[in-house]
Amino acid sequence: MLGQLPILSAITFLPAVGALAIILLRVLMRGEDTAALDRNARGVAMFTTLFVLALSVLLVIEFDPANPGFQFVETIPWLPELGISYKLGVDGLSVLFVLLTAFLMPICILASSSIKKRVSDYMVAFLLLETLIIGVFCALDLVLFYIFFEGSLIPMFLIIGVWGGANRIYAAFKFFLYTFLGSILMLVAMIYMYLAAGTTDITVLLTHDFAREVQTWLWLAFFASFAVKMPMWPVHTWLPDAHVEAPTAGSVILAGVLLKLGGYGFLRFSLPMFPDASAFFAPMVFVLSVIAIVYTSLVAFRQTDIKKLIAYSSVAHMGFVTMGLFAMNGLGVQGAIFQMLSHGVISGALFLCVGVIYDRFHTREIAFYGGLVHKMPVYAAFFALFTMANVGLPGTSGFVGEIMTMMGVFEVDPRVAFGAALGVIFSAVYMLTLYKKVVFGELTNPQLETATDINTREWINLGVLAFLAIYLGFFTTPITDVTQASVDALINHYQAAIAAPGA
Amino acid sequence: MTATELLADLPLLAPELILSIGAMALLMVGAFVRGDQRAARLVTTLSIFVLLGAIGAALFLTGEGGLAFKSAFVMDDLALYAKAVIFAASIAALLLAAKYMETEKLSRFEYPVLMVLAATGMAIMVSANDLITLYLGLELQSLALYIMAAFNRDSLRASEAGLKYFVLGALSSGLLLYGASLVYGFSGSTEFGAIAAAAGAGGANVGLLFGLVFVVSGLAFKISAAPFHMWTPDVYEGAPTPVAAFFATAPKLAAMVLLARVLIEPFGPMVADWQQIIILLAILSMAIGSFGALVQTNIKRLMAYSSIGNMGYALVALAAGTQIGLWAVLLFMTLYVVGVLGAFGVIVSMRRSDGMVEQIEDLAGLAQTRPGMGWTMTAVLFSIGGIPFFVGFFGKLFVFYAALDGGLLWLAIVAALFSVISAAYYLKVVKVMWFDEPQATFEAAPAGVALVTRLAGLSTVVLLPFVALVIAQAVQAGGALSGG
Repeated sequence: MLGQLPILSAITFLPAVGALAIILLRVLMRGEDTAALDRNARGVAMFTTLFVLALSVLLVIEFDPANPGFQFVETIPWLPELGISYKLGVDGLSVLFVLLTAFLMPICILASSSIKKRVSDYMVAFLLLETLIIGVFCALDLVLFYIFFEGSLIPMFLIIGVWGGANRIYAAFKFFLYTFLGSILMLVAMIYMYLAAGTTDITVLLTHDFAREVQTWLWLAFFASFAVKMPMWPVHTWLPDAHVEAPTAGSVILAGVLLKLGGYGFLRFSLPMFPDASAFFAPMVFVLSVIAIVYTSLVAFRQTDIKKLIAYSSVAHMGFVTMGLFAMNGLGVQGAIFQMLSHGVISGALFLCVGVIYDRFHTREIAFYGGLVHKMPVYAAFFALFTMANVGLPGTSGFVGEIMTMMGVFEVDPRVAFGAALGVIFSAVYMLTLYKKVVFGELTNPQLETATDINTREWINLGVLAFLAIYLGFFTTPITDVTQASVDALINHYQAAIAAPGA
Repeated sequence: MTATELLADLPLLAPELILSIGAMALLMVGAFVRGDQRAARLVTTLSIFVLLGAIGAALFLTGEGGLAFKSAFVMDDLALYAKAVIFAASIAALLLAAKYMETEKLSRFEYPVLMVLAATGMAIMVSANDLITLYLGLELQSLALYIMAAFNRDSLRASEAGLKYFVLGALSSGLLLYGASLVYGFSGSTEFGAIAAAAGAGGANVGLLFGLVFVVSGLAFKISAAPFHMWTPDVYEGAPTPVAAFFATAPKLAAMVLLARVLIEPFGPMVADWQQIIILLAILSMAIGSFGALVQTNIKRLMAYSSIGNMGYALVALAAGTQIGLWAVLLFMTLYVVGVLGAFGVIVSMRRSDGMVEQIEDLAGLAQTRPGMGWTMTAVLFSIGGIPFFVGFFGKLFVFYAALDGGLLWLAIVAALFSVISAAYYLKVVKVMWFDEPQATFEAAPAGVALVTRLAGLSTVVLLPFVALVIAQAVQAGGALSGG
């Protein structure tokens, strides 16, 4: 049914159209009161993101899980003499990330009701960000991929810098320059691949055999970019700063989707295109992952800022992802994808939980809070659920991802799985301590007396995410069925390349 | 050379003829119209038509192109491309200047005439096929630019800028002439083809090599490549803003095209020798451009350092010494010119009720007080910085591509790392515009300035899907040179 329509282009560029509509509105409503403009901007943004979500759901429904190849492919020549084209398509590895992005965006818009200044700019930035992120997941051309990948820095830079907290400028610069430094090396590597293979078409490059010694360098260049984006220890230091200073919705998008660009990059480029190098570097990735899991868990325990704690916990959880990816077996890779999607839901929800109390009391200091359960019982229940999910309690989606990646990596190297298991314990320590300090105990701070429980808007947001966190904890097939065929194809290709003599 | 031969060659010079005759005629017009301001307005309008006429002449009257005046002058695709961009950028610079000059009480009809003369010089530069033509074009352009830099003669800063530019420019011309005389002495000719033959036959003759070094040094001054960049920040800061806008665009492109032609045509056989020089210039320019710009507080000085750095990137592509390198230079320079015109359009509009301001802090809150200007400045700065989603990204992409293709992987990596540092100072300006609290609003920009600014700003985004069209032109122009 959708075969003829450019649905991917529609999903990718509709948010940009929405952004244009807001700009147009602003020009038309110049001179009128800003309250009306703000209302309209919110409306347009909400409508656009919901429409994109509907299209994405349709996309996943129409997606044929049995087919491991790329689907809904659109190709338009862009620079025909140079073999660069505008090419979009999704496979089992990317289609669910499109859905995740489209799903989190309306939640972000809804969670931004506390944004009062420059609302129309804010909505434009978010819509452009959505276009760029979905573009990254759909792009099937190196140049196009890079444009979306790099372009997504600009709206995020503005979101952190304009609507962020006290130290926002430092955080915004650190975010931009750190990630830019990583990806500019990837750009050089991409040009090298283009010269070596004569094309920038990702589908062709996936089957191109790069010489072994070349692979090492290309892998490292891509690693520089994706490891920063992921972020992996020791290049994670931009993330806590960015998270702490970003507005709530910015944190949700950052943790929920932007971090996944790194994991997706490994899946799309590093593993299938440079299999020999991936196998060579896998032990290094394992070591870095275990350090990330254990070390950042310990760091998280020492935090006094709620957001910073959750940010470090994100780094730890991404450690499971890299570990699972480089295990390169069905369980590991499936688990890594599952973990990314599940973390998108859970960390998004946790940042929303922080946002709820931040909106009320304008502080993220753990010491400020205590005894919230007396005043905000519903909130306490939701927060408890997401805390458990983040710890990886069985019955939540967090458990599935962690257990799958650990089982996957156990087959390869039990020591790594052991290290990761330590991390699971630590995560229980810091999350439960956080929860205890914020929610339980006596309500000693008089400022908390006025606390009101969550409102309808927050109910909707947290409710939807809670449903997903539990649903995916019990039913994993909606995700694994979609990714199965593509992951199998990826692994077969990888094993064949490793086994090939003298490749 | 007989009169008939001379006449037969004339159509190839149609743009230059239109410009030089136009400039003379406009001088007369200006002299006879009463009132400084009336004369200036009339002559400005007419100059735009003269430049438009020159674009038309370049496109339609020069026919198939070819050599003229016993190979002293060449009209090929490269010259055509460069001329079209130069004339268009000159028109844009005139539009930026017109109203500014009136408000600053600098309104004199000589300004547009000087600009037409500078354009003539640049047109001759990009068509030079002989060291003497090269020097003629370069000096015609430079003399016009010296006067323009000091056009605000009552201002100490402007006079200083003009004088500094003149003295250092004279020095560089001296270097160039000395180099040219060495080249002539050791190759026996001033004509590019003959020099190439001598360079190819005699191998890397030391005398010729010395000549090459001096000629390149002289030209490096004109593109403000480090270490010949010292004049740039002071001149940009001191000269009237629209003059700085002009300096940053057309003359840079003209000198870059000239440098490319000199390196690839007469010195093509000596590529191994000049490659090292160009690489050195490129790295120094990128380093000085990016580190220097980080500490600037004046937006015009920042643009000066930005232009030094960007010349470095262009030289990276040129250093490859290949056909791809050549068109990458053209593409990069064209997209750079578009971005710079937009940026200077905003800088020219930085006028409050109490006069012009030019500190970076003065842009504070621009995205709120004047969203159109704020968005435009953001877009053009990211475009100049080569950051996607803006079209300038393609300039940088193909610069890296050319370097890799030419076997200069390490240079591409160095350039990539410098581009991160340069991103920092573009972000600094973006930060001021978006994150800082607004200050007093700027006055509305005059129509001409707004037109140029918006067109430039829009094209950094709108051009993205159609960048193939620009690339096709650049590739065709680059194909005109046989070397590499």
